Formats: sequence, C-alpha cells, structure tokens
Amino acid sequence: MIWNPHFFTALAVFLIYIGIVGLAGRKNLFVIYLSLELMLNGINLAFVTLSRARPDMDPAVIALLMVGVIAAEAAIFLAMIVHLFGLKRSVNSDDFRELADGRSR
Amino acid sequence: MSESTILPIVAVLPLLSALVMGSLHISGSLRGERFYALVGTIVPVLSAIVSIFPIYSVLSSGRALDSHLYEWVSIGDFTIDISLRLDPLSAVMLFIVTFVGSVIHIYAVGYMRGDDGFGRFFSYFNLFLGSMLLLILASNPILMFVGWELVGLSSYLLIGYYYDSEGSIEAANKAFVLNRVGDFGLMSGIALLFVSTQTDRFSFVDIAGGLGSVDSATLALIGGLLFVGAIGKSAQIPLFVWLPDAMAGPTPVSALIHAATMVTAGVYMVARFSFLYEEIPYIGEIIAYTGGVSALLAALFASYQTDIKKILAYSTMSQLGYMFIGAGVGAYSTALFHLLTHAFFKALLFMGAGAVIILFHHRQNIFEMGGVARRRADIAIPMLVGGLAISGIPPFAGFFSKDAILVHTFASGHYLLWGIAMVGAFLTAYYIFRLYFVVFTASGDDTGEESLAEIPSTMIWTLYILAIGTVVVGFAGVPEAFGGDFVIGDLLSLPDRVVAISHTLEWTLTLMGLCVSVCGIALAYLIFVRKSIKERNGEAIYAQPLYEALYIDRLYRTVFVDGLRRVSGWCAKVVDDTLIDGAIMAVVRGYGRAGDVMAGLQNGSVGRYAIYMLTAISLASLYILNRTGN
Repeated sequence: MIWNPHFFTALAVFLIYIGIVGLAGRKNLFVIYLSLELMLNGINLAFVTLSRARPDMDPAVIALLMVGVIAAEAAIFLAMIVHLFGLKRSVNSDDFRELADGRSR
Repeated sequence: MSESTILPIVAVLPLLSALVMGSLHISGSLRGERFYALVGTIVPVLSAIVSIFPIYSVLSSGRALDSHLYEWVSIGDFTIDISLRLDPLSAVMLFIVTFVGSVIHIYAVGYMRGDDGFGRFFSYFNLFLGSMLLLILASNPILMFVGWELVGLSSYLLIGYYYDSEGSIEAANKAFVLNRVGDFGLMSGIALLFVSTQTDRFSFVDIAGGLGSVDSATLALIGGLLFVGAIGKSAQIPLFVWLPDAMAGPTPVSALIHAATMVTAGVYMVARFSFLYEEIPYIGEIIAYTGGVSALLAALFASYQTDIKKILAYSTMSQLGYMFIGAGVGAYSTALFHLLTHAFFKALLFMGAGAVIILFHHRQNIFEMGGVARRRADIAIPMLVGGLAISGIPPFAGFFSKDAILVHTFASGHYLLWGIAMVGAFLTAYYIFRLYFVVFTASGDDTGEESLAEIPSTMIWTLYILAIGTVVVGFAGVPEAFGGDFVIGDLLSLPDRVVAISHTLEWTLTLMGLCVSVCGIALAYLIFVRKSIKERNGEAIYAQPLYEALYIDRLYRTVFVDGLRRVSGWCAKVVDDTLIDGAIMAVVRGYGRAGDVMAGLQNGSVGRYAIYMLTAISLASLYILNRTGN
C-alpha cells in the first residue's frame, strides 16, 4: 500500500532537502523564510509518521508543541523581515553583509 | 668571650664593613677620604688583633677550634653547616692573611690618596679580605667554595678598578674567565668527592674519615680535578696568563692578590686536602712537575720583562711553583712555610714597587728609572731586604723556606725536579737583582735628575713592618741541620712524607743553593752595574718569545677568544638568521595563509552560512548517532 510510513518518511526527507536547497541557494529573505518553514514541516511530518508507525503518542505531542513554536517563530521572522526592509529598502540577503571580511567581497 | 666565638667576628667584620662602605659610597652621601681610610684600615687591623687569641690557642694546644653558626642545608640525614673551623693550618693562614692584609690596607691609604673611587676601593679591598678569611676558615668544601668564588669576584672587581681603561677591563675579564676554568675543575672535584665519600656532614674532618671507602682511581680523579682549581687560582701553567695582566689594577691590589689573598688559595687548598693527596702520590708527582715547569718558565719570563710589576707578577708565579713542588713531593708544611715567607717578602716587593711607581710619576718601565738608592734610601733598604729574601740569602726568610723545599725535593729522590728548581733559583736571584740594580743603583742616565714625586709616609713605614717580618719569619722554620727544629712543621701538623737525609748532605745542598743564588746576583751585577757583559735584552733571538711568555697568551687569544668570536659570528649569521628566524617566519607566514583561507569562508552570504551550519549539525548528528547507535 502506498500510504505506508516509508512513503511519509521519504516525503519528510524530500521536504527537508527542498528547504536546504532553498536556504542555501536563494537570496530573497521571504524565500529563505519559506524554506525554513518547509524544513520544519518536514520534521513535523517525520514526527507524526513516527507516532503512527509505532503506537506511541510522544512524537505526536512534540509535533503539536512544534506547531506552536513555529507559529511564534513565524511572527518574529516576519517582523524581522519588515524591520530589515525598513533598514535597507531591500529583501535581498546579499545587501546585509556588514559582517563579511572586506577583502573577499 | 671564648676563642671560638671570635672566629665568626674575624670573618664577618671585613665583609660587613665592605657592605657599609660600599653602600655609603654608592649612595654618594659621603665623599671624603677620611672615613673610608679609617674604617677600611681599622677593620682589618681589628681582625688581625682579635684573631691573635684563637691563633695562639690553636697553635699552642694543637687542637682545632670549631664555631658552628647554623645549618645551611638539611636533607634527611645529610646536612651542610655554616661553621668555621680553625685548625693549625688555617691558623697560620689566618695570621698571614690578617697581618699582611692589614699592612697592605694601611699602605693603600697612602697609595690611593686623591683617587675618585677611594670608598669603592676600600669596600672592594675589605670584601677581598673577608672572602679570603671565609675561604680559610670554612669547615667544609662547600663553604670554602663560596669563599673561593668571592675571592674570584673581588679580584675581578679590583683588577678592573680603573673601569675607564679598556686594558683594565680586559684584564679583569681574563682573570675571571680563566679562574672559571679552574673553578670548573674544583667544582667537579668537590662534587665527585661528595658522591664517593657519602658523608652525613660534608666537612673536611668527615671526608678524611670517609676516604677509606673510595677506590684509588676515583681518588686520583678527585685529586686531579681539585688541582685544576688550584692551577687556575694560583696561576700555574697552563692557566697563568691572567696574572701578568692583572697588574692593570692598582699596586696595593697586586700586593694583596700576590701575598695574602687569591693566589695562595690554591696552595692552601692542596694543603687542606693533603690527607687526600697522601693516598695518591702519583698525582703529587704531576703537581710537583707542574709547579717545577711553572717555576722555571715564569723565572725565565720574569728575566725579560721591562715592566716592574710584570717582573714581580711572573716572580709570584715562579714562587707559587716552588710551593707546588713542595706540596707535590709531600712536604706540605714546607710549602706552607714558603707561602708564609713569600707573603711577607712579596708584599714588601710589591709595596716597594708601588712606591717607586709613584716616585716616577706612574711610569712602570724599569729602564726609565734609576738611581733611587742615592736619593731615596728609605725605599731602597726594604726593597733590598725583599730582594735578598726572594733570592734565598740568609738570614732572610726566603732562604729557609726555599732551601727546605729544595732539600726535601732532593731527599725524596726527585733529582730532575731538584735541578729545575735550582735553575729557577738562579734565575730568581738574577731577575730580582736585575730589577733592583736597574731601578735603584744604576745611574739612570736617560732619566737625568728629574724631580721625584712626593710619597705619603704611610707608604714608607709599612715597608719597614714587612721588612722586619721578612727577617723574622724565616726563623719559624730553621731546619734541624742548623740546630733548629723546624717549628712550623710541628705547628702545622700536616701529613708530611718523611724523608731521611744526613746533615752533611743537607749542608752541601744548602751551600749549593746559596752558591746558585749568589751567582745569579753576581750575573745581574756584572750586566747592569759594571756593564762588563753587554746587555743583550731585545737582541738575542730568544728574548722576544720570552718577553711575550712564549706567545702562550697570544695562542689562547687566537684559539679561544678569536675562535669563540668566529663561532659566535657564524651562529649570528647562519643559525640565527637562517635557521631560527626562518622557522619563525615560516610559522608567521603560515598563520597569514591560514587567515586568508578562513577569511574567504566569512564572505557574508547568508546561504553559505546556512550551509556551514547545516554541515556542522549534520556532522554532529552523525557523531551522536554513531555513539548511541552501537
């Protein structure tokens, strides 16, 4: 059957990979934020799958807690993006490199 | 106050006054000469007077006095004490050092008058005396070594007293470095002695007791190493080159170094370890032949010098050679007897030479002087006494002591050594009367009737004290053949090797010695007064090498000084620049490169940072999985 735990685990890993690629490859802060969300959801999916695969509610509890944390994180992240846009009038991550070593710019 | 409590006072007084005078002089609060002259002379005189009681008590009873001050080192059963011991040997030395030392101190007040560093001079001078007292009163080799090193230090300070003259500084350094070479031998000898005897209290008495357990090869090594120390301190071949150069210091310093302190320390040390050298007579042979060769060569060198002080310097080296001949053939008390008489007449000769140098406005070449006897008979008479004493003319002190050494050498069967010593005796009489005739009786044609400088009276009457001493001390050791009973030998109670010799033979030997001395004087008279033999100084092919002491000094300079300089230069150029700097620069550049690489990682791109983070997290997770998985 196609809806077995292996399928969901693979989906979770796939989501995390998409998130990693988006995080590393894209410059837009919104896309970076979305990639993070994607990875978190992938992890959440892995927890829920684990909870179903073995009759144990602990991972499901953690997944629920994480939904709350992710909601809070979303609020902070969006606020940060708004603030950063206020600073530089840009949501491109390359515009925020004050910490970089001057020589290798 | 018992006698043994006096000992520390005798030793500490000069050191204390040296400290006081030194600090006063450095602080600059006291510039006048009066205070320093007063303290600087009263302290040695006080030491001399106070030490009469313990010396008398020890010499009359023959028992040693001990004065235990405190424990210095205490490790388990093993202790090193700071304690002083006055046995007959150190009693005789104490007498020499305090008495002759005091006279030289008084003389120095006159000699150093008007010098800027008056206080500094007397501070060093008292330090010198105190160090020597510590050396001779020490009850164990460790404390003796402390005194030994302090003597080396103060001689360095005094030879380099005129610190603005380059020659003085070089001479001081040379004396110090060459003494270091000898000290290395002494140090190794003491260390080896310590390891092999295994005594609880490392005192001379304990060492003498524990010597039986040491095998003879080790003893020979110890004896040899200790003698290396004596060679350095007493300026014997091959470590003698510092002694003529040490004349760069003021003349009272030379007198003190040559008569009372410093060079006699080597002979004293050999006599102090006589119980050890008795076990190993073949090392004694080496000592005796080193002494013999030094005595002969130094006498030869002295015969060709023109500097009045250098003549006397080589003369000291020669006389110390005689002492080592005596100590080497087992006549320790005879060696000490010669040390005693030599202290008197050599101090006298040096002080007379100092007076002459002042007289001729600090010129030292004897051929630029002349006719002193006519104008200043008060200096010529003591000088003549000193000259007769060192030549071995009776009844002056040198006759008895040198004769005793010669007779003992002959009687113990060392005929070659005896021959060497006889030639040395001939040369001794020659060079000292060469000096005397040229400076005192020759007309001094090229000096004319130039005005002689004024001489402080302290420099004159001190000469007479020593001149009287020079006449008197010889009678402490009148040999049996002359109806005496060699009193000093009984007093010292050293383990002398007994030799049997008939009185007739002894008489003959003495007469031969006397003959040789008279011949030497006659030769000097013929050459320098009658001028019937043309003076060959500087003409003969061997004159220049002998004047330069066989170029030994130059050889040392080329091999050691220049060699060391070359090695240092090579080190500075090759080792330092290439090797060490290269290694350090390689590390520095490596840091730079590593920094560049790391800086390249920190380029501000958020995506890149995210990759680092994820990589790190992944690696950490892998690690944790690995650890918890199995």
